[in-house]
Amino acid sequence: MDTFALLAHGLAVAVQPMNLLFALVGVLLGTAVGVLPGIGPALTVALLLPITYKLDPGGSLIMFAGIYYGGMYGGSTTAILINTPGESASMATALEGNKMAKAGRGGPALATAAIGSFVAGTIATLGLTFLAPWLVDVAVKFGPEDYFALMCVAFITVSATFGDSPVRGLTSLFIGLALGLVGIDRLTGQARLAFGVPELLDGVEVTTLAVGLFAVGEALYVASRLHHTTETLEAVRGSLWMTKEDWKRSWKPWLRGTAFGFPIGALPAGGAEIPTFLSYSTERRLAKHPEEFGHGAIEGVAGPEAANNASAAGTLVPLLTLGLPTSATAAMMLAGFQQYGLNPGPLLFAEKPDLVWGLIASLFIANTMLLVLNLPLVGLWVRLLRIPQPWLYAGILVFATMGTIAAKPSVVELSMLVGFGVLGFLMRRFDFPIAPVIVGLILGPIAESQLRRALSISLGDPMVLLQSPISATLLAIALLALILPFAMQGLARFKADAD
Amino acid sequence: MDTRARRADPAGIVIAGLLLVVAGVIWWDANSLQLTSTYGVGPKMMPIVIGIGIAILAVANLVLALRGDLPKRDSTALGPIVLILGGFAILIALIAFGGGFIPATAILFAATATAFGRRAIFTDLAIGFAIGLVTFLLFDKLLSLSLPAGPLERLL
Repeated sequence: MDTFALLAHGLAVAVQPMNLLFALVGVLLGTAVGVLPGIGPALTVALLLPITYKLDPGGSLIMFAGIYYGGMYGGSTTAILINTPGESASMATALEGNKMAKAGRGGPALATAAIGSFVAGTIATLGLTFLAPWLVDVAVKFGPEDYFALMCVAFITVSATFGDSPVRGLTSLFIGLALGLVGIDRLTGQARLAFGVPELLDGVEVTTLAVGLFAVGEALYVASRLHHTTETLEAVRGSLWMTKEDWKRSWKPWLRGTAFGFPIGALPAGGAEIPTFLSYSTERRLAKHPEEFGHGAIEGVAGPEAANNASAAGTLVPLLTLGLPTSATAAMMLAGFQQYGLNPGPLLFAEKPDLVWGLIASLFIANTMLLVLNLPLVGLWVRLLRIPQPWLYAGILVFATMGTIAAKPSVVELSMLVGFGVLGFLMRRFDFPIAPVIVGLILGPIAESQLRRALSISLGDPMVLLQSPISATLLAIALLALILPFAMQGLARFKADAD
Repeated sequence: MDTRARRADPAGIVIAGLLLVVAGVIWWDANSLQLTSTYGVGPKMMPIVIGIGIAILAVANLVLALRGDLPKRDSTALGPIVLILGGFAILIALIAFGGGFIPATAILFAATATAFGRRAIFTDLAIGFAIGLVTFLLFDKLLSLSLPAGPLERLL
């Protein structure tokens, strides 16, 4: 079957009423958590995992994808109206968007963000549709040693290559890898790092880690520095609609933003921050009125917003075809697949085409829903920002704990949640990235089992890693990606400039 | 970036020390494993690799700390942190000793709201209580997921 037939088939699955409902719930939740500061798509998926355990896998995954896309839309609203990006991918948007809102052009800023997100999301989802089958054909030829090498690439790029500090990124990654060791070794049945605690034999729950690091850690961090923050909510004044001039200035940045976002998301190259900042600086360089940058240039909103949505779609390419998560949200979605005993990769495309293509097709639907939800209904979302901060964070913590209590009501599990919260607080304070910890915990055990499988096929000969051309190339890329940031620590300075 | 202090950062040295301890624990635990695989590598290999990695990173973090190469930090208020962690401590104790889900939720909610600057503890306790009650009913009756029950929950 060619791609169009598969997509048409997926569309038939996606328009089933239940799946449409799941997509709608997903995009509503996603937009809400994107708008609210302190809670992002990764945390939301983590909180929903224990509750969706008994639901239909296809529907739940459609909902998770809707949350991912919705989070990218919602984040821009907060960035524009209160200058506090709801998630890090909206940092670039806040630079120009908030200035536009202050100048009474909040409406067009929100509109260019929403329409740009729609354009980028649609193009990038099309990219996913056509790239995925091709990558699946490549991935079937992968042996265990190749998968191991591929994961090494992901480990390095997610933690070291694009962050502010490679050392801190790698430290985060290794904390995650160490947590991944906890529990019974699958091949010999021996307990590692369990210290005789029975609850640890099953390993560290990824939901407990994610909720602890994101929800509890964030709450502790924000509470500890309350005395530093002043937030003002800009009212949306004036028309919501873009003028002809706005359209003329927006469409090229949308397409350029997509061109940055999708490939960087699709390569295992980590979060959405890099493409958004690349897009921001490109637009500043290409703009006809560069003097407007810093005072509310619409190009500086259109480009980065397109870039972050395109990269969210891009991230789904390695996730679906190779089982390789390259962002915290993608890692939580992988945990969602695992919860139903599904392993993303070529086999999933062959065995469950309904589920995979239904999911991809529903992304187009979710994207269209988001445009409708975000443009006329933006006033509704803005009202969410009026929730007093103490209640917001108290609510987040209560719901965070609830998920853990529902899944495993034990003192050990709750103490781990609080422990990870303290870890998350310290990591924020000392500027260690969070996502590599989650990726390390999820991907570490998979990488280990692939490596041990490869080495037991080769009777213990480690040269197998270099004899396979795919694996050798990938390991060389990983090595290069590790050395590169030490060679040119440019991005940190570049980011400082952008501020 | 120029405002960054260029002298040794004690917090960074503590971080490096903690990483070294973690590496040591992993190493010790790996060496306590008895069984190995017939072919290929056993369960020891990965912990040892990760342990060595963390030890190297501990040294790298120490170098950063000695160069004062840590991001600049704002002052931190300890009070809110103590309040939130205290709320969690009471929650865990209530769950452990059969106090039930609803009072535990109420206390965590009120403690967090207070930590974020609210000064209306009884209102917040009542709100937390209501949230706990609604979710308990929702989980218990609708999703049939059981939450820890105390004397109060058994009445519902």
